[in-house]
Amino acid sequence: MSEILKLFKAQASKVAGDLRHRSLIQTALGKYETQRDRRKAAFQSWEEARQVAAETKWEAMRSLDEHLVSFVNKLEARGTRVHWASNGVQARDIILGVIRAKKARCVIKSKAMTAEEIHLNEAMEKEGYEVVESDLGEFIVQLRKEAPYHIVFPAMHLTRDEISDLFHRELGSAQTSDPEELTMIARRALRKKYIAADIGITGANFAIAETGMISITENEGNARLTAALPKTMITLLGIEKVLPRMADLALFLPMLATAGAGQPITCYNSLYGGPRRPGEPDGPEEYHVVLLDNRRTELLADAEQRDALHCIRCGACLNVCPIYRNVGGHTYGTTYSGPIGSVITPHLRGLQDWKHLSAASSLCGACTETCPVKINLHHHLLHNRRNAAAQNPNWIEKTAFRVFGTVMNSLALYRVVRAAARCLQPLHGLVKGGPFDPARAWTKTRELAPVAPKTFREQWKERA
Amino acid sequence: MTERENILGRIREALKTPAPRPGGHAGQDHDSLTASSPARTAAVHAREWLPPVPETAEGQLALFAAHSADLKTDFRTLPDADAFASALRDLAAQLGWKRVASHNGDLTFRATEGLDLPILRVDAGYDVNEMEDCDAGVTECDALVAQTGSVVLTSRSAGGRALSVLPPHHVVLARLSQLVRDLPAAFALLQAKYSYDYPSFMTFITGPSRTGDIERILVLGAHGPKKLTILCADH
Repeated sequence: MSEILKLFKAQASKVAGDLRHRSLIQTALGKYETQRDRRKAAFQSWEEARQVAAETKWEAMRSLDEHLVSFVNKLEARGTRVHWASNGVQARDIILGVIRAKKARCVIKSKAMTAEEIHLNEAMEKEGYEVVESDLGEFIVQLRKEAPYHIVFPAMHLTRDEISDLFHRELGSAQTSDPEELTMIARRALRKKYIAADIGITGANFAIAETGMISITENEGNARLTAALPKTMITLLGIEKVLPRMADLALFLPMLATAGAGQPITCYNSLYGGPRRPGEPDGPEEYHVVLLDNRRTELLADAEQRDALHCIRCGACLNVCPIYRNVGGHTYGTTYSGPIGSVITPHLRGLQDWKHLSAASSLCGACTETCPVKINLHHHLLHNRRNAAAQNPNWIEKTAFRVFGTVMNSLALYRVVRAAARCLQPLHGLVKGGPFDPARAWTKTRELAPVAPKTFREQWKERA
Repeated sequence: MTERENILGRIREALKTPAPRPGGHAGQDHDSLTASSPARTAAVHAREWLPPVPETAEGQLALFAAHSADLKTDFRTLPDADAFASALRDLAAQLGWKRVASHNGDLTFRATEGLDLPILRVDAGYDVNEMEDCDAGVTECDALVAQTGSVVLTSRSAGGRALSVLPPHHVVLARLSQLVRDLPAAFALLQAKYSYDYPSFMTFITGPSRTGDIERILVLGAHGPKKLTILCADH
């Protein structure tokens, strides 16, 4: 068993039995579900909207090269420096290069999962730069030196008291259990940082090919401040973020808000098309856009799972996933958790090391059903399992299924095995759940159903 | 080869195998994206799936007011543009403003001139610390969206990027004629108004800044304005 898998199993059993975690997640996601359902019902047709959103992203991927070229040309025409990065190392070097050239000291960041993906903060801190996360949830997990728990709600796993303790310890603030007061503590701490920062780094929710703009969705205003005050702005985004037209946002913005947070539309939806223009009173003097591949083109090459690149990172599949809700976001050990993380991580980081995530699924299909862009998530978990087995066959499993197939195809053999099972099952109690139990994986926490004393055929014969 | 060529090359190679259209069946309809297909016209037809909006102007105004109440936006209608100045004076007195930031627009200039307060004009550049000291930022906008209760503004129409997000209270001066029915109409308006030369920043503001990051409990004024006031004048 690999170390990654061992850690996953140990964490999963620990968190699944943690009642405090369970009640926090259920409260948070219970509220989300109520609001999401209300917002979905406000659409004239949520289902048709999903279909169109899926087709729009399909269309975007289908000519991704052309869309990217158009996106980049438009941006460059307005004075933006566009960089292409094949992997995380290149993206980090590009960003560090910009920071160095500007002789910057302090960097303010708004939430970007791509930055988590390439471990950008660690790289910047190692070079001695002060990096401040400005999204409240990200700010909290940064103070805890933790990864975000959820792609939309990074600090969902913490209570207000834990956050109060943290702020007291790290910021010297007075203890309080009022979420509003806690938010204001962070607001005050971060205000100074926006003004002092030389560099603002953001992610992007969409890249508009038609007009050469990035679209950022947020509730707090931290991304807007990050894009307004520092002299240099950098946006890091995956190449799959493309939407063909600006008007597509009329559909995607309300869908992202509804699926992501149960809101009709998020508080701020902003489009950025370049550095400060002549006649504008403020905005960055320099704007850099970094386009990141980092094995997205490998996923693109898998036509069967290409639709996983349609993901708009709303987090809806995490919220409905019984596995995510039980094992929690950190257990995955990945940047992207939940069903979408289980589908794409094997492509981004290696199939054999991460195939266990595709097995950690009840295949209930709740993720596929909730996905606003109709990614075939639970089937892709099966595709990953199939691909992992084909690449690295498990001979024990293969033999077991061959024997099972032979027995089930022969009435005589089936009868022999059935009789044996009836005789042997009473003896199972001697080893049940212990190290010598062949069915231990099941019987550790569950009962094995008894073999019926009489088959249906036998009962039928008796009663005839 | 540059990284740009490398990445575009990998994309082109990958796309040689087509992916089935979503919702269809494998092997069918791979390449039949015609002019009449839904995706191509999504933007136009979004109206059919998005939350409904009344046809009449009164209905749209009522919907905008209802959304504002939900969002905790302070939305007020005024009889005419002359009433902006007195409405601002009332706000300033009531909330004890000491300093206000604004830009030189038709509406904002006249309305803020009547305030007996120091005004930070941002148009020709400004000091960030001074803006941080202001109690309110007063801006114009491009549109109000009935469907969502949003204000649409740009760096050109509303005094740059920071004026509408840095001060703790954002006051928008709008005309009733700026109310559009829905998001598709708002994007069409931006396109018609700016496509010859887009401003570097355009945004849809829907309510005051908010967060739910602590136990999913709603708190207003996370980083942006705690208060959003929209004053809307009839002609």
